[in-house]
Amino acid sequence: MEIRLALAGNPNTGKTTLFNALTGSTQHVGNWPGVTVEKKDGRLKSDKSVIIEDLPGIYSLSPYTAEEIVSRNYIIHDKPDAILNIVDATNLERNLYLSTQLIEVGIPVVIALNMMDVIRKNGDQINTKKLGDMLGCEVVEISALKGDGIQDAVKKAIAVAKSKKEVVLKQKFSDEIEAVIEKISGIITGKADSRSLRWYAVKLFERDEEIQQDLHLHSSDLGKIENLVASCEETADDDSESIITGERYAWIASVTEKCIHKKDTSGMTTSDKIDRIVTHRILALPIFAMIMFLVYFISISTVGTMATDWVNDVLFGEIVPTYLGGALENLGLADWLYGLIMDGIVGGVGAVLGFLPQMLVLFICLAILEDCGYMARIAFVLDRIFRKFGLSGKSFIPMLVSTGCGVPGIMASRTIESDNDRRMTIMTTTFIPCGAKLPIIALIAGAFFPDQVWIGPSAYFLGIVCVIISGIILKKTKLFAGDPAPFVIELPAYHLPGVGNVLRTMLDRGLAFIKKATSIVLVSTVLIWFLQSFNLRFEMVDAEESMLAGIGKSIAPIFAPLGFGDWKAAVASLTGLIAKENLVGTFGVLYGFEEVAEDGEELWATLGSAYTPVAAYAMMAFNLLCVPCFAAVGALRREMMSGKMTWFAVGYQCALAYIVSLMIYQFGTLLTTGAFSIGTVFAIVCLLFVIYLLFIKKAYSPEKKPKLTLERA
Amino acid sequence: MIKSLKEISCGQTVTVVKLHGDGALRRRILDMGITKGAKIYVRKVAPLGDPMELTVRGYELTIRKSDAELIEVN
Repeated sequence: MEIRLALAGNPNTGKTTLFNALTGSTQHVGNWPGVTVEKKDGRLKSDKSVIIEDLPGIYSLSPYTAEEIVSRNYIIHDKPDAILNIVDATNLERNLYLSTQLIEVGIPVVIALNMMDVIRKNGDQINTKKLGDMLGCEVVEISALKGDGIQDAVKKAIAVAKSKKEVVLKQKFSDEIEAVIEKISGIITGKADSRSLRWYAVKLFERDEEIQQDLHLHSSDLGKIENLVASCEETADDDSESIITGERYAWIASVTEKCIHKKDTSGMTTSDKIDRIVTHRILALPIFAMIMFLVYFISISTVGTMATDWVNDVLFGEIVPTYLGGALENLGLADWLYGLIMDGIVGGVGAVLGFLPQMLVLFICLAILEDCGYMARIAFVLDRIFRKFGLSGKSFIPMLVSTGCGVPGIMASRTIESDNDRRMTIMTTTFIPCGAKLPIIALIAGAFFPDQVWIGPSAYFLGIVCVIISGIILKKTKLFAGDPAPFVIELPAYHLPGVGNVLRTMLDRGLAFIKKATSIVLVSTVLIWFLQSFNLRFEMVDAEESMLAGIGKSIAPIFAPLGFGDWKAAVASLTGLIAKENLVGTFGVLYGFEEVAEDGEELWATLGSAYTPVAAYAMMAFNLLCVPCFAAVGALRREMMSGKMTWFAVGYQCALAYIVSLMIYQFGTLLTTGAFSIGTVFAIVCLLFVIYLLFIKKAYSPEKKPKLTLERA
Repeated sequence: MIKSLKEISCGQTVTVVKLHGDGALRRRILDMGITKGAKIYVRKVAPLGDPMELTVRGYELTIRKSDAELIEVN
């Protein structure tokens, strides 16, 4: 018989460490569609009939955040056989607040008291036996990190799961509240699972709308409950949620008082001392800038680049073409197949995998910052600036990383807990010019603006402005309105980063990237290669006669108002989707150059006569801002975990790029030549529209929290 | 004297009197242990003046000043 154990607990209590220790490498990540919540399940290493479900980290079983709804729906609808509640012993009161709610549900609970080693080191004592007796469930001391006691905890959890014993929370509310809960229980008897009756009654007392709907109560019953609750509230001069929460915490305080013996802690901890410097009023920002410079220096400028250059220039530049190309030639493959493998697959996927070493170095640096506790401080220090644009303090890291490559930038956004902040960061982070966009900037600057140093910095400035404008506008839309979740971060105690944790984080992210490069990127690059190499009669032709050129010609008029409405620019922009630097190479091919340098120097003269400088700048702006390369879109899709949001993001990026580019070209032309056209009118309309969006108070106000539908795939 | 938590300066300990706001926001603040009668110690304020770090129920919690404004203390 299979036994299902749910692993529940507050965020940052070592749940994932425990999960990994229990299940080994067998876990897989599944997610519920519609919400960005991951639930993992895996089988116990020592006993494959035991399934362990890792629920999202939550503080409470209230119905407000996606994580809470997922967790409680799993617990009350899927009814695991037992709950293993992991509790941070160093933060007992807040952790037990969730425990009391879990025990109330009536499913057998075993509490795994984690971080007991820290408690002992501090010289504190916890009487676990007494704690268990007072709560009404078993309490086991564990250290998830060292693996101590975890087998014992699981054994106890399996035992209570098999015993199917009723569990009763020993906490009692004040007499008056108890009487009301008793009456509510009476009303819903027979309509709710008898085991969880008390939990349901408490939730109804709190006016939990999800539960009201779940139980399909008759409106007269709801009316009766409402009267009971209202009279209680009047006597207590407080609302029902506050009454319950207050009493729960008060009871927990009385329990912990009897179970914990704290050594006098008047001195400052090491973390406090570090924080005095790191979050110091004046020193905080310089220290932060130094650390960021170091991360950037190591991963983007030195170690990472050396490795990436080797992969790009030697591995995919020489070794693979020489050996694989030679082998394929010896096989005597057809031209098209050879082209597909070498130009399409090796060229395309190689271009993406080339970034892997750089990313791995970066992932190590970020994992170290995360693991040692500094990441939380960054959010603390920078939150004020980023919040103004609908982002979070943690958005800085993805933006910084994106100056190197948008793919790890998007992936770095994973550390942002708030759904809205994370999505906003993912959508806007690729506006910052990445390394692959530098050749485009170099081409335009060299061909049209020789000796004008402001072009490069202006591209970064444009990116930053677009991030800010997007943040301000998007946070007013329905998609980002959501619930106003308070900014709650814990500043965990500093500790030395664990080698295992750092490597695991790096590997997880690295593998995710490789998977993507071999799926979505592969398909996309092959498609573009195909379109670029064949005409409609499926004959292999040069790029200028290919289907891609045909597509370029048909979409070129769209770019006419932006000043670069010829098919070559359109085709170049399309090939830029594989990797942005392709744009330069494509221009080279289309203008008949055999080979061009990275900055396209050979092209400068030709291009200079084909477009006006204003049109060229507009073209650059469009290509910097519109859809990033396929690899980045793939990362975006993965991190958004929603096809709809991905399309919205891509659509938004295109629209923004178009509008910005239109305004640049039209206003630029107006200023330089004085020519006023219908396009100028459009540009003015766009400008007014953007200004309107920036300054209206709120386009959408959330009336009611969005209904979450959770169906398992 | 009753003030909002936002006005409390570093190093002071206060007691929660009342919680304003509604819905998810208010519930989250309650769930984090900021209930009537809870003691809050203001540990530090971020370099740019916001957010602020508190000690409540034996742990450290960081909240924004806009949220702290909803918490009435004395």
